[in-house]
Amino acid sequence: MARRRGDLLGVRAALSRRLLPVLVGAMSFLAALALAGALACAGLAASWRGEAASALMIQVPQPDDPDAAHDATRLAAVQRALAGDPAVRGPAVMSAAEVNRLVAPWLGGDAAALGLTLPAVINAEWAGPGTPDALAARLQTLSPGTLVKTGALWAQRVAALTASLQGCALAVLAIVALVAAAVVAVATRAGLAQLRETIETVHGLGALDADIAGRFAARATWLALVGSVGGMALALPVLAWLVWLASPFTGPARPGAFVHLPPALLALAPLLPGGAAFIGWGTAQLTVRGWLRRLP
Amino acid sequence: MVRFDDVWLRYRHAAPGEAAEALRGVSFEIEDGGFRWLTGPSGAGKTSLLKLIYLAEHPARGRIEILGTRAARLTRREAAMLRRRIGVVYQDFRLLPQLDAYDNVALPMRLARRGEAQIEADVTEILRWVGLAHRMDAHPDELSGGEQQRIAIARAVVGRPRLLVADEPTGNLDDEQAERLMVLITALNSLGTTVIVATHNNALVERHPFPRLGLERGRLVRDG
Repeated sequence: MARRRGDLLGVRAALSRRLLPVLVGAMSFLAALALAGALACAGLAASWRGEAASALMIQVPQPDDPDAAHDATRLAAVQRALAGDPAVRGPAVMSAAEVNRLVAPWLGGDAAALGLTLPAVINAEWAGPGTPDALAARLQTLSPGTLVKTGALWAQRVAALTASLQGCALAVLAIVALVAAAVVAVATRAGLAQLRETIETVHGLGALDADIAGRFAARATWLALVGSVGGMALALPVLAWLVWLASPFTGPARPGAFVHLPPALLALAPLLPGGAAFIGWGTAQLTVRGWLRRLP
Repeated sequence: MVRFDDVWLRYRHAAPGEAAEALRGVSFEIEDGGFRWLTGPSGAGKTSLLKLIYLAEHPARGRIEILGTRAARLTRREAAMLRRRIGVVYQDFRLLPQLDAYDNVALPMRLARRGEAQIEADVTEILRWVGLAHRMDAHPDELSGGEQQRIAIARAVVGRPRLLVADEPTGNLDDEQAERLMVLITALNSLGTTVIVATHNNALVERHPFPRLGLERGRLVRDG
C-alpha cells in the first residue's frame, strides 16, 4: 500500500491554474510583439542605413546653358562625367514633372508659371570609397554651381530613429517582464496567505525554506510556462499579419518561408516561454523566501 | 538536554489587558531523557515557554540550549534540522486539512526524506498505537476532536524525536485514551526521549509523579 503524496502543502489549489496562466499569457503576447518590433527595427535600420548613405543627388542649375568649355549643355556635360565615373551607378535625370512635385510645397504645382528655371536633378548611387568630394569638384569645373549631396546625413537620422524605436521595443519587453514578475509575486503572496497556517505548521515540523519555496516555484514555473506558450501561440498569427502589412518596407517574403516570419524571430520565439518560466521560478522563490523570513 | 538561563520573552503586539512579557527570568535544566510536567494557570506562560523550546519564538533576553545546541547561534537550516528532532503536539492540533490522517502522520518523515517503506511501517504502527488504524483515510474535518488530537500526537512521535513537547495533549481525550497516551509517552521517555508536557490535568499528574515546572505570571515558581 505504498502511497505517494506530491502536493503536501496544497500549492496546486492555492496557485490557481486559471488566473496566473492567463495573465502571463497576455504578457507573453505583448512580449512577442515587442520582440518582433525590436527585431524589425534592427532589420530596417540595417537596410535603410545602407540605402540612405549611398544615395547621391546632383543638382545642375541652368541645365540648358552651355558648359564651361562651351562644348555642350551643362546638364549633358555633367551626365557625361557621371557616366564615365566607375564609382557612380545608375545616374538618372528626374523629369520636370518629378522636380515640380518635389518643390510643390514651396512653389506650387508649376514652377515654370512663376518664371523660375528649376535645376536639373540627377539621382544616382555612390559606390566609391569615402565621400564624393573629388567628383563634386570636377562637376563644379564643368558646370559651375552644380551641387553634389549624399545621404549620409539622412543615414544618421535614420540610424537615430531606428535605434530609438529599438530602444522603445526593448523597454516594452523589460516592462512586460517586470509586470509578469509582479503578477507572479502577487499570485504567490495570495497563495501564501491562503496556506499561511499550513506553511507555519510544516515550518515548525522542520521543513527547509528551500523545500517550501521549491514547491511554490515548481507550480509557478509550470503555470507561467503554460500561459506563455498559449500567449505565443496567439501572437504568431498576429505577427504574421503585421509582417505582411510591413512587407512594402521589408521587401518581398522568401518563398516557402513559415508564415513569412523573420528567421531571427522564429529563432528567438521559443526563448519567451523559457523566459516566462524562469521569471515564474525566480519570482516565486524570492517571494516565498522573503515571506518565510518572518518566521523564526 | 534543555537549558534555560534567565530567559525573558516579550510579545511586541500584546493584546489589551495582557502582559507584554510572557516569561520573566526563567531558568531551569532538564537532563537528557528527563520528563517534566509543565503546570500553571491559564496565561501563566506555559505555551510561550514551549514555543521557545520548539523554536517558534526568539527570547528577548537570556540563553536557551536545546539538545545541546545554543538556539541563538543557529542558522535557518540548522534550526530546521533541530526542529526535525523535536516532536510537538500543538494545543490546536494543526493538522493539514488537505491531507488524510495517514499523510498527516507521515508528514515529518516525508519532510525528513525518509523512504516510503519505512514511512509506511512506522505510520501504520503508530496509528495502531493511537487506535486510529481504521481511520487512516479520513481527513481532519471527518475526525472528532479526540481523534484529531490522537493524530496530532501520532505525528509528533512517529519520527522517534529526541525531544517531545506537548501542549495539553490530553485536553480532548477521555481517561482511557489519556492513560493510553501516557503509556506511549513514558515508553518513548524510557527509550531516551526527553519529554515536556504542559497540562491542567492534575489527576494525570498525580498518577504519573514526574518532576514539575510550575509557572505563574511568567515566572518559574516550582522546579522539581
